[in-house]
Amino acid sequence: MGVPGAEAAERTEPRGNGFVGQSLKRKEDPRLITGRATYTDDMALPGMLYAAIVRSPEAHARITSIDTSAARDHDGVEAVFTGEDLADLESPCPMVWVPPGVDVLVPDHWPLARGKVGYVGQAVAVVLGRDKYGVVDAAEQVVVEYDPLPVVVDPEKALEDGAPIIHEEYGTNKVFEWSLPGGDVEGAFRDAEVVVEKRLVNHRTAGAAIEPRSVLAEWREGKLTLWSATQIPHICRVILSIQLGLSEDKIRVVAPEVGGGFGSKLQVYGEEVLACWCARKLGKPVKWTATRSEEMSTTHHGRDQIDYVRIGAKRDGTVTGIHVKVIQDCGSYHLIEGPVIPTFTACVISGCYDFAAVQTDIVGVFTNKFTTDAIRGAGRPEATHLIELTMDELAKELGMDQLELRRKNFIKEFPNERPHGFIYDSGDYDGTLDRCLEKLDLEGFRREQAEMRRRGIYRGVGFSTYVEICGLGPSRALGPTGWGMQGGYFESAQVRVHPTGSVTVYTGTSPHGQGHETSFAQIAADRLGVAPDVVDVIHGDTNTGPFGKNTYGSRSLAVGGEAIARAAEKVQDKAKRIVAHQLEAAPEDIELVNDRFQVRGSPDKSMSLTDVAGEAYIPADLPEGMEAGLDETCFYDPSNFVWPFGAHACITEVDPETGRVDVVRYIAVDDCGPAINPLLIDGQIHGGIVHAVGQALYEQLVYDDDGQLVTGTFVDYALPSAADVPSFETDRTETPSPTNTLGVKGVGEAATIACSPAVVASVIDALEPFGVTSLDMPLTPMRVWQAVEAARGRGEGPAATEQGRALDEHGGGAAGSGPTGPEEGGAS
Amino acid sequence: MSASVGVEVTVNGERRRSDVEPRMLLVHYLRDELGLTGTHVGCDTSNCGACTVHLNGEAVKSCTVLAVQADGAEVTTIEGLGREDALHPLQEGFWTHHGLQCGYCTPGMIMASADLLARNPDPSEHDVRDALAGNLCRCTGYQNVVKAVLAAAAEMRGAEAQPEKQEVAV
Repeated sequence: MGVPGAEAAERTEPRGNGFVGQSLKRKEDPRLITGRATYTDDMALPGMLYAAIVRSPEAHARITSIDTSAARDHDGVEAVFTGEDLADLESPCPMVWVPPGVDVLVPDHWPLARGKVGYVGQAVAVVLGRDKYGVVDAAEQVVVEYDPLPVVVDPEKALEDGAPIIHEEYGTNKVFEWSLPGGDVEGAFRDAEVVVEKRLVNHRTAGAAIEPRSVLAEWREGKLTLWSATQIPHICRVILSIQLGLSEDKIRVVAPEVGGGFGSKLQVYGEEVLACWCARKLGKPVKWTATRSEEMSTTHHGRDQIDYVRIGAKRDGTVTGIHVKVIQDCGSYHLIEGPVIPTFTACVISGCYDFAAVQTDIVGVFTNKFTTDAIRGAGRPEATHLIELTMDELAKELGMDQLELRRKNFIKEFPNERPHGFIYDSGDYDGTLDRCLEKLDLEGFRREQAEMRRRGIYRGVGFSTYVEICGLGPSRALGPTGWGMQGGYFESAQVRVHPTGSVTVYTGTSPHGQGHETSFAQIAADRLGVAPDVVDVIHGDTNTGPFGKNTYGSRSLAVGGEAIARAAEKVQDKAKRIVAHQLEAAPEDIELVNDRFQVRGSPDKSMSLTDVAGEAYIPADLPEGMEAGLDETCFYDPSNFVWPFGAHACITEVDPETGRVDVVRYIAVDDCGPAINPLLIDGQIHGGIVHAVGQALYEQLVYDDDGQLVTGTFVDYALPSAADVPSFETDRTETPSPTNTLGVKGVGEAATIACSPAVVASVIDALEPFGVTSLDMPLTPMRVWQAVEAARGRGEGPAATEQGRALDEHGGGAAGSGPTGPEEGGAS
Repeated sequence: MSASVGVEVTVNGERRRSDVEPRMLLVHYLRDELGLTGTHVGCDTSNCGACTVHLNGEAVKSCTVLAVQADGAEVTTIEGLGREDALHPLQEGFWTHHGLQCGYCTPGMIMASADLLARNPDPSEHDVRDALAGNLCRCTGYQNVVKAVLAAAAEMRGAEAQPEKQEVAV
């Protein structure tokens, strides 16, 4: 696996009006708050057909027959297609991770099943008709006969001898197996004086964007247009070209307003290909929008990792090494990059610690469930979760304070090469922890905790100090000869100054809530000497601007924003040459001060961007050899990843009698480098925390033994509501990354990567008097109550006795009394 | 499919008449028949609240109301609450306090908040969180939503108090 060196980029200080760093209100909001925005499902085209999809109720079965005759006869139905009809597709849905030297099994995954199904919800047929409700009626009349096969949903059972084999041609359910070692791992455990071992289950969750997936495909005059609720329109076009056998010049993909992604729309789904195929076949526009049930069962899932952790340390707390075995449930088929996700667990397996030896062994497994792939954090929340909870256990084993253990092992020198080859760019891990503790007042909390315990109220505090890898990424590390991703990971930007001096920025990123139209305008504005109001940021349309790599992996700012900064610098350079020529000065003597390009030392001699644009577009007197226009492009491929970090603390209150957990207080101190727009950073942190609180306490995709998804609606998949969480305390430190000229890192996933171990650790701390030492998520009341009961059942000395006394005196734990009145909460 | 029936609904102050299937949901009537696509569908089970509108002045989840049930009624959608050049204080609040990211839940969130403020002009943080428990957002973590609603409430109370002060001045 190739790992890039850390080539330092020189920071460029913004020289315009200083909009970078300001909490500007978002440019995108007026249309969103007035209901005037256009999401995919809001669109309709003349002659448009609606599609309804017939899906498998079986988790594993052969399809023995499909009878579409009744559906075809249904009033208003124009066509019904099955997998056989799509025989002219050039390829199944591709999976783009082809790691050198590792065999990865990739079964054919077609937009409509061919002969067999491997998960509940797999698309079997599509009905197209003129009426939105009518196609659903007709779809119910498609008769599919199945011959059920044995089902396996537990990835560890799927690896056992005699388990049902999901893809007979392979004779195994093992998708792949590979290892990423670094340093002397054997020696580390030989030298260890204490070894802690732990098994953690990081359960399956949903991205659960509130906008379900939606596609609208139009075939007109030999060209295809797809509007799709996607994070990756440019990548989608490449894949459509491959699958449909249609050249890219004839395909336009547009991501209009997109209602959240969280990784779930970092995908090219079968339905996107299917809608395009149907539109081409029928010569009519085709729209399909997922119901929530379809969304939950067939929009890729996240996590679903079982981790066996082993950590070794000296008695003084120096960790000698960590060895993790990861079992990744891949589901029955892959989509675009699923099997690569646990790689990101391996990347950050050293956490923020100076572990001398690390090893991650990963096994991917087929089960009769839907595909797992990238969901907010993608492999890194799993890493933080297992590292931080294991560090807590190690501290207990050593009789050492958990924060002292962390500090002892914190990496302090940067850039820092980890044993498995990754180079952390910059950091100040003590700094964020210090700031977090300043806000927390740990001693005060411990006093309050002891006092409350005497009254039968159980509160606990948990910590998470994390580092993440993002800013994806250096193509030579990620690409075909590195990790084996079949693509580049640069980002593009085009900065176009118009003849009258306003600006359009085309970005290859594709935001879906992040606020790029605002933050990217701030970056360009400062480099051009204009206000963000006159900088329009265009994204998400393959027909405008250069090819891009879109939005995921907290990459948009560190790669896409940097591309804009560099393109804007090119424009600035050209502007300076034009100004120098006009004012008869040397280009190096021209400086941008606020909104004027002026001769150094002679502020009376200056030009605005509008003046410069006039010269550039009416090229009567340009410097010798200079082309007309003021329009520059940059393709920026970073030299390294970026490594945001931080320290989070969570205080929860647990009712041992009901098992109910309430988050009482949450402190997040994050460092994503210099802020472009602090308002947007806080928003990302708030949302990221709740996403992880959801996983820690409430949310779980549960499949029963027959492979039925039993939490497939918002009735039973418990997303946290406003009533379930308090307001959070956030703060930042700013440690610039040397990787890019902005010094920025990334923040979209940070809090989700950080949060879950802090929540779980706080509950374990709250339940310390009962002897509960370990808990797997989600911490539902049932699970917590059972853990308390089990711990009590062991009757282990003073802890249980103390609790018994507390109960006798106070009649059980008090109900929650957090700032939000959690008694009305309770998502589970 | 059953025969269509006529419905007459006053939507955002405008009387509209359509023939609809009796099973048509109010949200589909608003979106597909009237083209008012600011009201969104997120879950189909009345959990997420993206489809919240006002029916005769009260917030309802329009995915759980049939269009025929709105016959003769007054409906207000996000489009009727304010315009870009004349924003409602809640819209201003959400904008100023970054109470939205992807914006998909926002129209429902704003309509539910408007319903709260009509009933309780001076809510606590707890009241706001409680009132919005039926409106799910995956982006914001709710903190800035709460801030936005509290700011709008203060703004609206101030606006209402203003004329009284002027009277005193006169």
